[in-house]
This record gives sequence, C-alpha cells and structure tokens, in this order.
Amino acid sequence: MSDTHAQTVPYVRKTMVEQSPPPASEIGVVKWLRENLFSGPLNIILTLISLWVVYWVVSHVGPWLINGIWDADSLSECREIRNATMGEGTSAACFGVIGERWQQLVYGFYPKEAYWRPVVALLVFFAGLAPVLFASLPRKLLYFTMASPFLMFMLLWGGSIWGPIAVALGFGVGYAAIKLISPINGLLGTVAAIVLPILYWFLIAGPLAGAVNSVLPIGLEYIPSKDFGGFLLSSIIGVAGIFLSLPLGILLALARQSDLPIIKWCAVTFIEVIRGVPLIVWLFTASLLLNYFLPPGTNFDLMLRVIIMVTLFSAAYIAEVVRGGLAALPKGQYEGADSLGLNYWQSMQLIILPQALKISIPGIVNTFIGLFKDTTLVVFIGLFDPLGLAGAIRASTEWNGIYWELFLFIGIMFFIACFSMGRYSLYLEKKLQRDHR
Amino acid sequence: MVELTQERTIDRSHMQVSDEVAIEIRNMNKWYGSFHVLRDVNLTVQRGERIVICGPSGSGKSTLIRCINRLEEHQSGDIIVDGTELSSDLKNIDKIRSEVGMCFQHFNLFPHLTILENCTLAPIWVRNTPKKEAEETAMHFLEKVKIPDQAHKYPGMLSGGQQQRVAIARSLCMKPRIMLFDEPTSALDPEMIKEVLDTMIELAEEGMTMLCVTHEMGFAQAVANRVIFMDQGQIVEQNEPTEFFNNPQSERTQLFLSQIIGH
Repeated sequence: MSDTHAQTVPYVRKTMVEQSPPPASEIGVVKWLRENLFSGPLNIILTLISLWVVYWVVSHVGPWLINGIWDADSLSECREIRNATMGEGTSAACFGVIGERWQQLVYGFYPKEAYWRPVVALLVFFAGLAPVLFASLPRKLLYFTMASPFLMFMLLWGGSIWGPIAVALGFGVGYAAIKLISPINGLLGTVAAIVLPILYWFLIAGPLAGAVNSVLPIGLEYIPSKDFGGFLLSSIIGVAGIFLSLPLGILLALARQSDLPIIKWCAVTFIEVIRGVPLIVWLFTASLLLNYFLPPGTNFDLMLRVIIMVTLFSAAYIAEVVRGGLAALPKGQYEGADSLGLNYWQSMQLIILPQALKISIPGIVNTFIGLFKDTTLVVFIGLFDPLGLAGAIRASTEWNGIYWELFLFIGIMFFIACFSMGRYSLYLEKKLQRDHR
Repeated sequence: MVELTQERTIDRSHMQVSDEVAIEIRNMNKWYGSFHVLRDVNLTVQRGERIVICGPSGSGKSTLIRCINRLEEHQSGDIIVDGTELSSDLKNIDKIRSEVGMCFQHFNLFPHLTILENCTLAPIWVRNTPKKEAEETAMHFLEKVKIPDQAHKYPGMLSGGQQQRVAIARSLCMKPRIMLFDEPTSALDPEMIKEVLDTMIELAEEGMTMLCVTHEMGFAQAVANRVIFMDQGQIVEQNEPTEFFNNPQSERTQLFLSQIIGH
C-alpha cells in the first residue's frame, strides 16, 4: 500500500486560499425564514399554528383596544358612547376608568394636594440610585445616595424633619465610634459601633428630635401610613424590601458557610423556616399574630411590619441564590486570597463576593422581581395595593362591572418596573463580563 | 522534560545557603478523615535553600507545602516559619501568609481584577502601602517577569504561561522571604513551561528561599540544592541533586526516577 502513492505524500502548500463571500443561499431573509420557520414538517406545522394564534389574538384584542373610549365618567356612559358611535355589541374598551381613576391607582388615599411629594420622592430615589447602578457617575454622588432614604421618608410621611435627622445622626454616632475606638481596640470599636447607635436611637433620638422641634418646628404635614395605597404602596414595600434584603441575604449566605457551628445553624434554621412557609402566612403573622406578642397599646405601623416580613422573606431566597454563587467559585480563589494574607472580611469583600455576586445577578434580580410582584399579596391583610384599589373602584356605582381595563393598566405598570429590572441585570452582566478572550 | 542547562548558565553568585532557619517542621502529622496523609514529617529549611520536592501523585508533597502557609491544617507536630509558630491563632496565620509567597498549579489569579490590580491588592490591603507606591512595585515585578505591557488586561486574556508569571509577580509584590511553588508548570502547554521555569530560575539566582513541588527534573538539576523524594506521606530520600539523580539509594526512588527519566 505504502508505495502506491508515495510520490504524493510529501506536500507543501505554495498558494494560500483567500476568503470568499458565502453563496446566496447562506445569507439574507430567505435563509433566515427557511432555517428558523420552515426547516422541517414539524416546524412548518408549528409556524402555521403560531401564525393562526397570533392572528386570533390580534383580531379579538385589536379592535377592543383601538375602539377604546377614553372620555367617559362611568361604565354606562361608555356604553352609550359606544352604541351611539359604533353600534351595539361592538367590542370596545372603556379606558375612561383609567383617565378618571389613575390617581387613585397610583397614590391610594394619599391627600390630593400632597401628590407632589411622592413625585419628588421618586426623583430623589432615582437620583440616589443612579450612582449605585452606574459606576461611571462621580463617586461623590454617593453621599446623596446615603441621604436619600431620609429625604424620601421626610417627603412621603412628612411630620417634623427633625425625626429623620435625629435617626440619621445615629449612623454618625456609629461611624464616630468606629473611627475613635477601633484604633485603640478593634473588637471594642466594632461592639461600640453597634451598641452606641442602638442606645442613642432608643434613649436620645426621640427626646432630641422633640426638643429641637419645639424650638424650631419645621416640617411637612404628617400623612399616616393608612393613607398610602396603590403603586405608591407597592413601590415603597418593594423598594424597601429589595434594598434591605440584599445585605441581609448576603450576610445569611456567608453565615451559612461559616465554620462556626452556632452561626451556621442559626442561618440554616432561619432560611429553612422562612422559605418553608408561604409569604401570605408571614403577612398574616405580621398583621394579626404580632399584636398578641407585643405589649398592649403598642402601635407598630402595619406597613413597617409588612416591610420587615417581606425583607426577611426575600433575604432567605437571596441567601440561597448567593450561596449558589459562592459555591460556584473555584476553591482556588479562596486559596489565592488566603495565600496573600488577606483576612476573612478582606477576602470576602475584595475577592469572593464581587465574583459570587456577579454569578448570582440573574438569580438575585429574579428574586427582586418576585418580591415586587408579591407586594400585591398585602391586599389580603387590608392594605390597598393596586389590586385592592381595583376592587374598590369596581365596587363603586359608576364603574361596577369593569375589570379588563383596570387589570391591563396595573399589569402594564408592573411590567414596566419588572422589565426594567430585568434589562438592568442584563446590562450589568454584560458590563462585568471579564473573560473576553 | 524541558532541558534548561544547555541553554543558559546559572549564575550561582547569590545562591548562598545561610545558617539561619527559615522553616522548621517537626514530627508533623496530618490526616484527611481517617487517611494518614503526612506521616511524621521532619524538615528544616535554611534561608537561601532551593528545595525541589518530587514523588508520585498522592504522596503528600502538595499537602506538605500547603501546610506551611496553613492552606491545610496539620493535626500534630510543629511548623515554625520565620520564627513564628503556626497555630490556630489567626493573627499568626495572616502574618505568615503575608511573608510566604505561593504559586498554584492553576495560578488562582483573580479574574475580576486587572493584572495590575491583582498585584497591588495585597500590598494595599495587607501592608497598607499607598496605592501609587504599590503600583510602582507591581510594575517593577511585572517587568521582571517580562509582561509589563499586559498590566491593564484581565487574567482571562493572557496565556497560561503569562498568567503563571503574573502569579509569581503577584506573590513577589508582598516581598516574601520564602516562596512556595505547588506544581507551577503542570497545567501549562510544553511551550510555556520554559518561560515560567526561566522566571523561577531568576528568582533562585537572586537567593530566594524556595520550595518547589514539581516534576521538572531539569529545573531541579539546574538550581536545587536539595531534592526531596516523598512517597505515601513520608520523606523517603533527600540528597543534593547530582547524587540524588545519579545514585538514588532507596528502591522506591530508583523506580520513580526510572519512570520519569527513562523515556
């Protein structure tokens, strides 16, 4: 065999083949259609079925949307307009309800003359959030971010401005404790930074705010939590839950990985108990059961209780998501950090968490979106979220019997919020991509 | 095996072994569960020594050097590094780790940081070096390992050999007095082994105390002053390289050497 083609075996290429354009069947619309829609009998059938479903939905919903009536003050007026202009039985939405009641869906029972306050609070929220979300903005803006929760509180609830300022000072107390005592004794400084602010909040903050207020009463009109409703309520619970549950969830995930058995088992018990019980049960616990355990006469704001429960609930989920990220990191990263002499908190802060959180972004955002939508469950404990208000609107004589239009509006509002969170998560993932070879 | 000695002459003027003890290991034992990985290991390393540890896989050689900076915990016996005894005291552990550099088989660079950030991280956070000074030191060592132009890239964009040289530079930025190498060339393509070994040889020429777990016998012959052969968690034989390779005493060593050099 070997001698048959002996003369062809040594071979050296003299001319290189240049790149040439692909044939026409490999590019363009036709190729795309053929590959994606009509690549085989099954796919042809599926494509045709899909086209029919799309047509069916559009042909039913389309006219309803296009014929929508925007200027009407009640459902019966809507029907009169429809019968007069389009004839009886035509499918037409009655968006008049949104035109007339959107403020109620957005603000709940918040006083009309104070609508500007949630709007400004929203602007403060975005301004505070921007430097956190986009690293290209100047870092100095983060000081505004730190102040923004207090600003938003002042705007939304009102009352004396000295209350939030006195509370904010507590963090200053903690910071001062760490700056002054830590150089002398590290452990003492940490303990002082936790204990002193708590003592301050319980003993000094209240009287201090009261005293300053009696001298210099500045503030906005106080608006009680029971007046909050609609998207305002959902957003406050959702945003507070999101921003409080992330750090708590990370700490829980680290605690669950701890070498110290007590810390580890506390974290595991907490996570399993919280995850094992439906959120609605926790909300009922917050609204009903807690009253039995608290001393009689204590008035513990229901909205605050709900925020705490929602936070704990989503923190348990975040903890598990982050634990997944921590487990996905190669052991070498921990060893690399250790071998350089970084201590536990340094290696977590600088090496482990940045990578673990990056891996966990989709899961974390997923949990956040779930949390935001779960805020609609508060309707069952008597808070008026958008769905609760939709019920109230439908109970009124003018709009009795309307539902699609309201739910469509509520759905779109939620979709905008959740979709933007999802998009941001994609942006962040892409931005943090490091292994582009 | 990569032949090194034909291509370059080793400058031995700074390779001096002093009487000062850098690492002392006495009657050290370690178990993984019920498996006795390291059995009664005794080893004294003097400052300036270049020790190569070899042996079949599972012989405990990696575990031994990982015990020296407490990536693994030993259960009995003493390990004294630079006069500090390794105990469960976290302060001592962090101190020893900041004095002892380590290079891993899989580099363990931090993929979310640039090469420069990888090198300046520990000096800034552990040694409280000002950022600018840390960056100058880092550039100095990156030049030394011949990749200063990659400083602002991410580890994922570099070849394996370049990554391992960055890992060496990263350790050097902490100005360690001892360097540990845990199979630094085992995960590399043959073409890249040489560039890493060259860097290690340069380090040896400057008088660094080195402990290397490696199968590069050419490297051992070129720079080591002592070769240790381990099997089943024990030090079976140690000798200076010429004697070790030409005249191995134990049967196990002879078998091992015939397997890795014979072909």
